[in-house]
Amino acid sequence: MVGLGLALASSVLTAQPAVQVDTSQVQGPRQLEEQTKTAAIRGYLKAWQSMGDAFLQNRADLLDGDFLGAARDKLADTIGEQTKLGFQTRYQDRAHHIQFVFYSPEGLSIELIDHVEYDVQVIDHGKPISTVPVSARYVVVLTPAEVQWKVRIMQADSEPVDHPGSEKVPAGKLTNDQTVRSKAKQGV
Amino acid sequence: MKAGLIVFLGSLLLAPVHAAKAQDEALKLPKSIKAGSAFSIKNAGGGEATLYIIGPGQVLKRDVKAGDAEYFPAKSLYNAGHYVVILAQASGTQTGSFDVTPTSTPDKLSFLANPSRLPIGVRHGISGAVYVFDAYGNLITAPTPVSFEFSSPTGAVQKDHATTNIGRAWTEMDSTSQQGRSKFEARVGEVTSERIIRQVPGDPCTLKMRAQQSGQQLQLQTDPVRDCSGNAVPDGTIVTFTETYAGGQSTVDVPLKRDIAEVKMPLHSGARFTVASGVVLGNQIGWEK
Repeated sequence: MVGLGLALASSVLTAQPAVQVDTSQVQGPRQLEEQTKTAAIRGYLKAWQSMGDAFLQNRADLLDGDFLGAARDKLADTIGEQTKLGFQTRYQDRAHHIQFVFYSPEGLSIELIDHVEYDVQVIDHGKPISTVPVSARYVVVLTPAEVQWKVRIMQADSEPVDHPGSEKVPAGKLTNDQTVRSKAKQGV
Repeated sequence: MKAGLIVFLGSLLLAPVHAAKAQDEALKLPKSIKAGSAFSIKNAGGGEATLYIIGPGQVLKRDVKAGDAEYFPAKSLYNAGHYVVILAQASGTQTGSFDVTPTSTPDKLSFLANPSRLPIGVRHGISGAVYVFDAYGNLITAPTPVSFEFSSPTGAVQKDHATTNIGRAWTEMDSTSQQGRSKFEARVGEVTSERIIRQVPGDPCTLKMRAQQSGQQLQLQTDPVRDCSGNAVPDGTIVTFTETYAGGQSTVDVPLKRDIAEVKMPLHSGARFTVASGVVLGNQIGWEK
């Protein structure tokens, strides 16, 4: 029984989230190369891992490798608050449905939407309080740093009713609010 | 008996649903609030409890009396995101969740423009992407109109209008025919962000050189080198002079200095002198003793 418990604990610790990727809706004039896509996903998933470690250990420095700018600052502030209030949180991502939506023309940013399923556990002064399963839509902006893509914006809202998994995205779903543009040139 | 069994089984099946519903009803949460606005959370039951509001963007913890309404003043939660609520009591926990959404008022733009320097006359040579944020640094995901403006040194303006899609908009502009510092601006309402783009002359359009004997050498000098729009090609641009004569060839690379390039080359009878820069070939001069 104890062995089973340990095995389960171990499998939970090492569990990799299921990842589904869709690039069919990406916008922008720049082509998203396979290597870029792979590197961006690698950087993003690594960011979830380091966020989980940082929140569990209340160590903001663990964010530095994978987050930049406002995303890093906000997460670090939250960790600071947790530390003051005497609790930790465990973020365990179970599944990612990643949809690339934008690759900026100058190649300096990638925006993606991730329909992510994860568990949040609150541990107050070492005592587990509750674990809550969450399904949320994250808007994420990645930018290239020294050797990897890092998260610059990471913002969640609630899961829409229609789950846009890669096979389930209705054709033209994103066209409702696609960039509308009109161009005027004067005296050029 | 049979009917009683069905009712009993039905009760068993429905029990978790009722329990879940009871939990949902026990915590009365807003579905969503605007970032920075006040809100309250009501809960059923009695006794001491601890209320946690948890999100990667912010956390709150408060000792509460179960059964009371907890009021959170403005600016308690200002980072947009999905928040989990846990009411922990000795008897168990109640959970729920709600969203904090960005305000709709733009306050800051993140404007990525590229390149910072480019030749004149490049179609779609300049690109910019803008992300729109509210006063709390939340990405405003609701469609928001953005205008882009690229002003050349002569005052000529290119404009582009777009509406953000999930917080961002982008544009491409052509570089103009005038060299110099140009302003590239993104605007959302009264909020602007500006980048300076330096337009430099393009490749030389034509090359013409003159020759003058100087002792046993021939001095070669170009006319001022211009691009096809008449802009002076930058100093430092390499001009290559080549002398071809019976039995040999000499080549000298000279950087432009004050719009011209000049060099002295040895005179050989029957020599031919040519000048080139990049892919542009200039005139040819022959020398007969």
